Amino acid sequence: MAGQACNRIRAGGVLPGVSDIDCLDPVRKALLDDLDEGFAELFGVYRGVVFSTALRLSGRWADAEDLTAETFLRAYRAMAGYERDRIAALQPRAWLLTILLNIWRNCARAKSRKPPPDLREEPVDTVDPRESVEDAAARRETGDELAELLGMLPDEQRAAVVLKHVVDLPVSEIARVLRIPQGTVKSHVSRGLKRLRTLGGAP
Amino acid sequence: MTQDPLLAGLAALATDAPDGLLDRIAARWVTAPGPLGEVSVAFTDQGISYVHLGDGFAAAFRARAGRPLLPADRPPAGLVPALRTGRSSGIALDLRGLSDFQRDVLLAARTIPRGEVRPYAWVAARVGRPKAVRAVGAALGANPVPLLVPCHRVTRSDGVAGDYVFGATAKERLLLAEGVDLDALRGLARERVFYLASDTTGVVCFPTCHNARRITSAHRHGFRSLAQAQEAGYRPCRTCKPALAA
Repeated sequence: MAGQACNRIRAGGVLPGVSDIDCLDPVRKALLDDLDEGFAELFGVYRGVVFSTALRLSGRWADAEDLTAETFLRAYRAMAGYERDRIAALQPRAWLLTILLNIWRNCARAKSRKPPPDLREEPVDTVDPRESVEDAAARRETGDELAELLGMLPDEQRAAVVLKHVVDLPVSEIARVLRIPQGTVKSHVSRGLKRLRTLGGAP
Repeated sequence: MTQDPLLAGLAALATDAPDGLLDRIAARWVTAPGPLGEVSVAFTDQGISYVHLGDGFAAAFRARAGRPLLPADRPPAGLVPALRTGRSSGIALDLRGLSDFQRDVLLAARTIPRGEVRPYAWVAARVGRPKAVRAVGAALGANPVPLLVPCHRVTRSDGVAGDYVFGATAKERLLLAEGVDLDALRGLARERVFYLASDTTGVVCFPTCHNARRITSAHRHGFRSLAQAQEAGYRPCRTCKPALAA
């Protein structure tokens, strides 16, 4: 029974009222129970996907931490002003990634407006500070190079490729996050992949 | 189906967020015993950001900080002794979100030692805005970390304790517990005495300065203004710095 009701909700036909809370996933249920405890759940479930996207978009560990922190903070502040219905209707993953993409685009825009090459700035670090030397060496042979190539893609292609192939989102959700048609998502992804293959010298 | 090495490589770029990241976003809270009863304290990775007495802590914090608030396992280092002793200069504070002026005022008030009081005008002078006495009062009234920034040690010069985040009575109670003799201060104020000088050291102080409290009655001279004391040949104390608010 509960399963059927949930399907109905997922299909988007009915907005869940308070009595339908049981149908919601644990994160939204926790958010409705208590915003602060729910936030901890939300963070626990989506920290990986938000951070991975932030890291592969920005290419820098420190920027990824800033972007992730800012994303979750904005999400919390927004939810503090939302009605219960609106929280119940949230698609947390797509919503968080939309916030992240907005912040990232705004940062990129601000940087392109005034790019002062600050010489005091720390050297570019894409490395997890906790990582051991062996792990870093192993990663350098594979991931590091590819991460660098990602940074050479145009923004919209990089965003589409990262969302599709790094964090494994379905095309429909990417379309929602990037606010573009699904067809455009697919073409960004395929052009991005093609470019990566050319850049990487792969067959 | 053969696995495409490029797609496998991209999938391997997913990584988990570093462990400490939640503490950059959310604040933690604990309760701790304080001189006026149990207080609720919120803190971030930067330091203590909010001290609250009584009900409504979470709602008040949310309205102020707009950060998630999660329970902490244990109080941050130094909090409990700072609340017990009233000596809090070593404790880290998170004063983000306050104006520069408000932050300066709080840091100035923080330098007032336990058992002593200073006038509002002294704080104003200390932050370089000698005319902003009322603004100092407002900034102290909005102190998010009372007790840890001892705004209760800033008082009216007539010996009345004045307003306080936790109420005027609480302010008097705190000051008495810290050893400030408010009756004596009011007595002095009635005689228009706001500075005490010693003819053995030639120094003039605020009445609650630890240097002033050591002056024996035979050598103690009261003054209404610092100018009068200086005319009589006394120099301002370097500890309590009355010259700032002259």
